Amino acid sequence: MNEKLLKSAERKEQLLLTALTIPALISVTLIIVIPVGWLFSLSFLGKSGDFSLENYQKMIVYKSYFRVFKTTFNVSFLTTIFCILLGYPLAYFLSQVPKKLVGIFMITVLLPFWTSLLVRTYAWLVLLQKKGMINNFAIDMGIWETPIKLAHNLNGTLVGMIHIMLPFMVLPLYAAMQRIDRQTMQAASNLGATPIQAFWQIFVPLSLPGVAAGSLIVFILCLGFYVTPAVLGGGKVIMVSMQITAILEDQFNWGAASALGVVLLVTTFIFLLLASRFLKLDSIMFGKH
Amino acid sequence: MKQNITSLEISIKDLTKRYGKIYALDTVSLDIKAGEFLTLLGPSGSGKTTLLMAIAGFNRPDSGSIKFANQEMILMPPHKREVGMVFQNYALFPHMSVFENIGFPLKLRKAPNDQIKEKVHDALKTVQLSDYADRKIDQLSGGQRQRVALARAFVFGPRILLMDEPLSALDKKLREQMQIELKQLHRKLGVTTVYVTHDQREALTMSDRIAVINEGKIEQLGTPKEIYNSPNSSFVADFIGESSFLQLNRKGNDLYFSSEKIITNKKLNKNKEWAMVIRPERLSIVNKSYRKNSSNIHFSGEISELVFQGETALALVKLMEGNYLSVRLSTKSSDDFDNLKTGKKIQLCMNRKDVIIIPH
Repeated sequence: MNEKLLKSAERKEQLLLTALTIPALISVTLIIVIPVGWLFSLSFLGKSGDFSLENYQKMIVYKSYFRVFKTTFNVSFLTTIFCILLGYPLAYFLSQVPKKLVGIFMITVLLPFWTSLLVRTYAWLVLLQKKGMINNFAIDMGIWETPIKLAHNLNGTLVGMIHIMLPFMVLPLYAAMQRIDRQTMQAASNLGATPIQAFWQIFVPLSLPGVAAGSLIVFILCLGFYVTPAVLGGGKVIMVSMQITAILEDQFNWGAASALGVVLLVTTFIFLLLASRFLKLDSIMFGKH
Repeated sequence: MKQNITSLEISIKDLTKRYGKIYALDTVSLDIKAGEFLTLLGPSGSGKTTLLMAIAGFNRPDSGSIKFANQEMILMPPHKREVGMVFQNYALFPHMSVFENIGFPLKLRKAPNDQIKEKVHDALKTVQLSDYADRKIDQLSGGQRQRVALARAFVFGPRILLMDEPLSALDKKLREQMQIELKQLHRKLGVTTVYVTHDQREALTMSDRIAVINEGKIEQLGTPKEIYNSPNSSFVADFIGESSFLQLNRKGNDLYFSSEKIITNKKLNKNKEWAMVIRPERLSIVNKSYRKNSSNIHFSGEISELVFQGETALALVKLMEGNYLSVRLSTKSSDDFDNLKTGKKIQLCMNRKDVIIIPH
């Protein structure tokens, strides 16, 4: 009874649901798919305007390209490592603090997160300069005598990037730690584990999905970073995104710039793919067990 | 395999734990005998879990003493107490296999590998999970997880076993089966066991002794029979088993319900009111050939509600005096159950030996 009626009602509902995705689909197509596709096709056009692989050949021939990629991965990797080292204890602290206080401490993580990236980058420049606060303070205190070069190099870049990336590490870490059952730790202790043993043998392994998620987010975001290395690197730390700008500004070569972008995009996808293979990403991102 | 475990007695004295203004434990004293199966029974929030956690070392009481065989434990960290514990949600390690979970306490004690293997397999055999050693925890059913948690708790030969509502997550059939298995395991291991539950039937089924806890205090301590047959307060009478209460009148040293004398010549505390507790299954409906006699107490009334529950039926009887009594009835056809219906006038009798008097 009513089979046809019910079936057509269900079809209608599905159609309606699909219709809801249309605005998003249109904007994604307009904003992302078409421009990226256009750049992608540009990268295969040579100077003469015909199809050619010269843009990609250049990347292999010239060592400077290789150096740029190496720097990019190097900076991203180091930033990720330091974010884990700094973020893990912070997230652990947040996960152990009484629930009422978490909000207060969380603000210390989120407040910088909400502040403009540009503002924070220039703030670090002020702090790290030759005559900046840190150098002045250290000299006044007699910790070191002549100003140390803190900005305009790799160190400065890393400091800025770690600071900006830290929330992206802390938040998934905190979420993962939050999910660890308190009784699991009590059980470890009950079975004879010292607090240190319980931490390393139970807590750390159970928090690894959070580490993986945080690292992936940080690493991928770092790969495309521009402002911070541009300002704090002082021209010494050249990442792929900066190279792209340079090519456009100096040579106005859309093809070469596009090719760099495509390579960066593809490597990022490869990383995501590998990660989802080995890390069970859906369980990390969506909290499934 | 019989494990050689020397069980320990636990002696708790004046244990107090406050959360803000609320006493979770209020000067609790309790002696648990070596090898005994003792159940802490109480409603949620009564303090039974707080007491168990204090024995395990997971919370620090404000005052009092906990001794295992004369050794003070109050400041001993949990990992040095050598007590096994089964947690309410099992608290298994999800990143380890069944084997690794059960082997964990042995590994911590630096047992050699072949010994770990042997002990884990023995423990798995005891809980009937021999084929599951390599399984992941998320591949196990609730009942199997329960068994793994149990095996992990006794595999290292603790002298005391604590269980915090270990069966509450299982369905009724499995729960009843596990109750019997836990009881058998206790007999086999002979280890002092403290069991927390809010399920009075579970407590009656499993325990050597029951400590009924309410509002941070032990209301009554005794064997299941003692607790059921002679509750000493209305809380215990109400919490354990079903009961009806009848307010009694005092004339001198005698207690009356209506014109029926219930108790004669009892030394009664003058300042207290007394009530009679009546268990539904201790009442029966009298038939026509029955003759009143002095060894029984009699009531008359009419059936106001009749509920068929399968193996038994429950009748709510309105007495002539206006009070209500629950009566448990046999559903056997020979007992004329089919002739009963609401509104029918009936006579009830109850043996005087089954009378329970409590201050009210």
